[in-house]
Amino acid sequence: MTPSKADALDGKPATQPAPAGRSVKADYKTLDGNEAAAYVAYRLNEVMAIYPITPSSPIAEWCDQWASENKRNLWGTIPSIVEMQSEGGAVGAVHGALQTGTLSTTFTASQGLLLMIPNMFKIAGELLPTVFHVTARTVAAHALSIFGDHSDVMACRSTGWGMLAAASVQETMDFALISQAATLRSRLPFIHFFDGFRTSHEVSKIEMLRLEDLAALIDDQLIAEHRARALTPDRPVLRGTAQNPDAFFQARETVNPFYAAGADITQKVMDEFASQVGRRYNLFDYVGAPDAERVIVLMGSGAEAAHEAVEYLVARGEKIGIVKVRLYRPFDVRRFLESLPATVRSLAVLDRTKEPGAAGEPLYQDVLTALIEGLAAGYGQLKAMPKVVGGRYGLSSKEFTPAMVKAVFDNLSRPAPRNHFTIGIQDDVSHTSLEWDAGFSTEPDNVIRAMFYGLGADGTVGANKNSIKIIGEETPNFAQGYFVYDSKKSGSMTVSHLRFGPQPIRSSYLITRANFVACHLPVFLERYDMVGNLVPGGAFLLNTPYSPEEIWSRLPTPVQQELVNKQARFFVIDATKVARESGMGGRINTIMQVCFFALSGVLPKAEAIQAIKDSIRNTYGKKGDEIVQKNLQAVDNTLAHLHQVEIAREVNGVGGFLPAITTNAPEYAQRVLGKLAAGRGDELPVSAFSCDGTFPTATAQYEKRNLALEIPVWDEAICIQCMKCVAICPHATIRAKVYDPKELAGAPAGFKSADARAPEWKGLKWTLQVAAEDCTGCTICVEVCPVRNKTEARLKAINMRPQPPLRDQERENWDFFLALPEFDRRKLKAGTLRQQQVQRPLFEFSGACSGCGETPYIKMVTQLFGDRMVIANATGCSSIYGGNLPTTPYTVDASGRGPAWCNSLFEDNAEFGLGFRVSIDKQKEFAEELLQKLTGVIGQSLVEGILQADQSDEAGLYDQRERVAALKEKLRGQSSREAKILLSLADQLTRKSVWIIGGDGWAYDIGYGGLDHVLASGRDVNVLVLDTEVYSNTGGQCSKATPRGAVAKFAAGGKPVGKKDLGMIAMTYGHIYVASVAMGYKDEHTLKVLLEAESYPGPSLIIAYSHCIAHGIPLDAGVGAKQQKLAVESGQWLLYRFDPRRADRGENPLQLDSGAPKGKVQDYLMSENRFKMLTKSKPEDARQFFAQAQLDADKRWQRYQFLAGRAPAPAPAPAAKPQSTVDQQP
Amino acid sequence: MDLSTTYLGLKLRTPLVPSASPLSEEVDTVKQMEDAGASAVVLYSLFEEQLRQDSAELAFTLEHGTESFAEALSYFPEPSEFRLGPEEYLEHIRKLKAAVRIPVIASLNGSSVGGWTSYAKAIQQAGADALELNIYYIPTDTSITSAQVEQVYLDILKAVKQSVEIPVAVKLSPFFTNFANMARRLDDAGADGLVLFNRFYQPDIDLEALEIKPNILLSTPMAMRVPLRWIALLYGKLGTSLAATSGIHRASDALKMLMAGADVTMLCSALIRHGPRQIGVIERDLVAWLEEHEYESVAQLKGSLSQQNCPEPSAFERAQYMKAISQLPIGN
Repeated sequence: MTPSKADALDGKPATQPAPAGRSVKADYKTLDGNEAAAYVAYRLNEVMAIYPITPSSPIAEWCDQWASENKRNLWGTIPSIVEMQSEGGAVGAVHGALQTGTLSTTFTASQGLLLMIPNMFKIAGELLPTVFHVTARTVAAHALSIFGDHSDVMACRSTGWGMLAAASVQETMDFALISQAATLRSRLPFIHFFDGFRTSHEVSKIEMLRLEDLAALIDDQLIAEHRARALTPDRPVLRGTAQNPDAFFQARETVNPFYAAGADITQKVMDEFASQVGRRYNLFDYVGAPDAERVIVLMGSGAEAAHEAVEYLVARGEKIGIVKVRLYRPFDVRRFLESLPATVRSLAVLDRTKEPGAAGEPLYQDVLTALIEGLAAGYGQLKAMPKVVGGRYGLSSKEFTPAMVKAVFDNLSRPAPRNHFTIGIQDDVSHTSLEWDAGFSTEPDNVIRAMFYGLGADGTVGANKNSIKIIGEETPNFAQGYFVYDSKKSGSMTVSHLRFGPQPIRSSYLITRANFVACHLPVFLERYDMVGNLVPGGAFLLNTPYSPEEIWSRLPTPVQQELVNKQARFFVIDATKVARESGMGGRINTIMQVCFFALSGVLPKAEAIQAIKDSIRNTYGKKGDEIVQKNLQAVDNTLAHLHQVEIAREVNGVGGFLPAITTNAPEYAQRVLGKLAAGRGDELPVSAFSCDGTFPTATAQYEKRNLALEIPVWDEAICIQCMKCVAICPHATIRAKVYDPKELAGAPAGFKSADARAPEWKGLKWTLQVAAEDCTGCTICVEVCPVRNKTEARLKAINMRPQPPLRDQERENWDFFLALPEFDRRKLKAGTLRQQQVQRPLFEFSGACSGCGETPYIKMVTQLFGDRMVIANATGCSSIYGGNLPTTPYTVDASGRGPAWCNSLFEDNAEFGLGFRVSIDKQKEFAEELLQKLTGVIGQSLVEGILQADQSDEAGLYDQRERVAALKEKLRGQSSREAKILLSLADQLTRKSVWIIGGDGWAYDIGYGGLDHVLASGRDVNVLVLDTEVYSNTGGQCSKATPRGAVAKFAAGGKPVGKKDLGMIAMTYGHIYVASVAMGYKDEHTLKVLLEAESYPGPSLIIAYSHCIAHGIPLDAGVGAKQQKLAVESGQWLLYRFDPRRADRGENPLQLDSGAPKGKVQDYLMSENRFKMLTKSKPEDARQFFAQAQLDADKRWQRYQFLAGRAPAPAPAPAAKPQSTVDQQP
Repeated sequence: MDLSTTYLGLKLRTPLVPSASPLSEEVDTVKQMEDAGASAVVLYSLFEEQLRQDSAELAFTLEHGTESFAEALSYFPEPSEFRLGPEEYLEHIRKLKAAVRIPVIASLNGSSVGGWTSYAKAIQQAGADALELNIYYIPTDTSITSAQVEQVYLDILKAVKQSVEIPVAVKLSPFFTNFANMARRLDDAGADGLVLFNRFYQPDIDLEALEIKPNILLSTPMAMRVPLRWIALLYGKLGTSLAATSGIHRASDALKMLMAGADVTMLCSALIRHGPRQIGVIERDLVAWLEEHEYESVAQLKGSLSQQNCPEPSAFERAQYMKAISQLPIGN
């Protein structure tokens, strides 16, 4: 960046002018949209029913936390917060709270909002005042997306709710108040929405509303009236009646006057808001030339980018403008017409949603209707109907930039503007897209733009949020921060986009022209073109172990070229070393933050350093002085290590960027997934994607992430070949094979092998091999290794060693290992771990957290049944690491068979899986019928062979596949209709294994009703509950699986009640196979359970203890298995199996497989921060909860012991074969 | 029977004082000990490592995995304040002071000079009547000299003494080249009492797992021999109080320590084994013995068999060693 710009923004003490209408100096804070909404919602409500869903969860988290800290609302009382089992439950609770006269709200998005729709119709029908704060998010269609668009709120537009759209963080705070005031006055319930992530997660400096602002707009009398209408036995009334054709229609029309008044009321609130606070809003805000001819109509955060573009273009003489739609429902036709200049000739209406098959997207249709009706009524200044086109933009947070705004205006300039267009993508299928000039930029010169490429674990984002606060609060500058995360949970890259400038910042899009770019992790240089984002003369800061003298020749050639071309300023620091020396471990955040301030000149250096130190004391003070001191030390150690590098003229780098997907990958993986993996997915055209959301599996193997600094190295001399490491590896990166010694011919020089130890494998060779480039370095394999070196007891049979020197050799070894033949599954003892684990995992290299506790279970299931399994996966961690693009961890065996996987929703997973079962069974039944009919053609023996096949083991399955292959061969020659149908169904004659997989949030909470029904159905499904005891994927919210005393979000004060005993509930049916496992405690037990469960011809429920990052344990240090052991040994977690087949045999169906507790529950609790932190925040509660937790465990143990110890009932009647109930009417 | 004694300038009803142990973690248990006759209580230790580690652990686990994945930018709620280590401990002191009448002696355990010693002041402000400084230093660096090791003890003591007015006792191990000299220097540096001795955690080896196991064994009466000797040797030679700890399980053990010269006899393993009421049992036995042997007070017998006052002063010295081993019963 040039010095002049830095000087222009040189810090002065923050003095903000008081806005018009205010007598006092404004109170500015930097926060994100969610906190802004929560700030108002918390103060203006009494009851909140909450449920986590991205990106709205933080609103509820703030409210829950404030309530646990006894913060009070506007009227001086602490709001009651209740977490529900689903959004459907939350809205029901809110409905009830409203009906009984409190001020109540909830926060949600996407599918969550859709689950609320039935109640929303009722709430509106009953004219109950409430505001739901919605972080507008994509509704899942061909795929789930957590990002922002308006498809969820648009699905609610017929509910009768007011809909108010905020476009920025400031507006989010303001509209939270305006909508609350409007709902109380109008009695219309309101959806207050703002764009998911773009606004909900954008950190921005805004002017805070004061309590007196809130009080000024909220009329207590209206609240009293709301209470007076409440249901109470003191003045009993009846609501929620059932009405017949004679009454319903008329009654439904009674509300019209309220809708007729809704818009006026909202505008009046906005007017009052303007005089109270100083910021003016209108239902439709026009921005642009007074004589504009071309106008864009849109709402949400895109309006801010459009606003910036219009200001820029109008200043250059363009006759254009935009209309920002604030109040979308009730739609005020008159005010809309009045917002348009008389000169408008053409309008483009932009919708951030897609309504396939409609005449046009919703806002477009509303605008057309409004224009026709408004012109007829003579509203506004327009004399004639303008040309109107509609377009879609920004689905799932797709970038929407001023360049795209310009393209939309350019389209309007055409004689025949394209209608129903798209902007922001290349549509080479239906050719809807407009071209745009990516080089067009409207960003003002006085805005400093900085980009930071960090590793998730290095604290970059946190430090940047901190920097924004410092700049926002220590200087007169406005500040904006937006953070982009990749799709992996381990080793993910974060990109921070920070802007600072003297005016409020409207740039609701990513930075592409940065004054400052920082690379916090050296290996990113090999993969990403970061310097490409730098403006000429900008500064590039690199964290590198190389000295200023050495670094130049170590840079990739394209990076050198860019630095030279742009005459960039180039700085290096060995931040990792400074961090280590300052006792900060891998956290380089503070160090890089100091460098940024030193180089950007946003604040004078001394002031900046003081501000950083103050902020360190603020941020870390509560966590203890030690942490503060280390950070301060890091600050002091930084500047001496920051060096400017002379930009050499010579471009002599180390080659180009590494491909994100290996070059041996299939063409599709390279062309499409490769772009996505490289962060350049925006460049992919529509034709690159399947039309129905289908993707190939087996692609994670091509994304070599090289995350591990150290990898396990095998000591073949002492290994006992127990396979515990192979079983527990969360990423399937450590594997073993047994093979004939002759296969070793041609082995790479460093390839290790040992004689197989199992007696059955005498004469065979055995190899343990690590996928060095896929390993995440979690060390759990080393932790579970039971072998110690006899002369050096610190060593085990696998030991962690630095990865880089091993990478090339191990890559070669891995390839050779993969090419070794797989052991014949028919010859393996599947019930013995040391044999079973040579089965090839069909789930590998997922993006799960390093050290994940869930994935080893899934992996084992795929080893056992992967070639015949179909998976219904509930939304959650397992659906994200299982099915998030770019690459897919589910893979195939040598014959091309492997798990088929699909995610439907969060709430319906059990039902979805049951659908698989019923469908597969039906097809099999039909195939069997056809088989019998076609016996003459097929031949008696083959038909009988197929129909009577025993497919209970690998040999049986193998034989059946052979028979089916023969059958298909015969059928291919047949022309009869029945033969053709049978051919299409023949594969269903081999046994299919249906797996229903999900987390505890699904199984215990939102999906429980469905799960219960599916288990009750008696159908042959296998349910695997990955029980992390918390909503892991959304960031650790409490579920009914959360144990007593655990601190979780929504249970900030520790969960006061015990864990639901899902297994016990299921056992009461009697016909369900139920088991509780903890692989880290006893892997053989898990294996036994999986085999039993799958073989059971009815429903099976496996509850699997899954250690998790949300437990507050150093997951990536391999402690997971140890924690499982502690949990079981303390009695906090039990191992058991309940097998109805045992009851049939006259045995007790319940077997308790873990021994009497050896330790105290407290010792286990204190080893995990989720419990321990309660002793630091609420020690008295902790003492009480922990004591109760011991009682819980004691009682549970006694109960199970009693049940397992009972003698079976005498002469049991043979249990009825599990029967379906789903196909039968009651 | 007058059992009273003075320790760290505190007038105590009896010499029976529970030493630092988990028993003092609960207010109720301390009350039970008071009811059973404890004349003062030493609280469980606030560890230097605990202060440092709790904070590091909390910071680590709250930050671990955060800001990495768009759906889970954090995993825990962060209350606006934490009650880290000292606050909880201080609160406990306050509660105890309100709940019991006996003096409360807080305990700080550490091994290096550093910021943690400043908690002594907070402990004083919380109402502790005295402070026991448990210096727990195991030098493993072969280049550190004995003199340097000893200086660390003195520096820590001085740092603490500078920040508080309440009496400070130093609890330490016997592993010094010249323990008597060390005791004198601690006396000179301002120690108000010496607590002899610390029972070090000694590691054990797990033969099956081939791992080092932490393993705390409760004391047996055998453990009292070392403090017995040093108390007898130091009695009358220093200005500090002397507390005997380790291996005091019965009234007879306490009597021996008092005769050697202890001002108080501290109880831990006996109470963990038999419960707080064991103090009452020991006191009853103590009184019975004193009455039977026609003593009038504890003061009367205190130090009566110290090296100064015993009939055979050399019995506490090396010369006795030869004699002792010659009396070993060898073989069966």
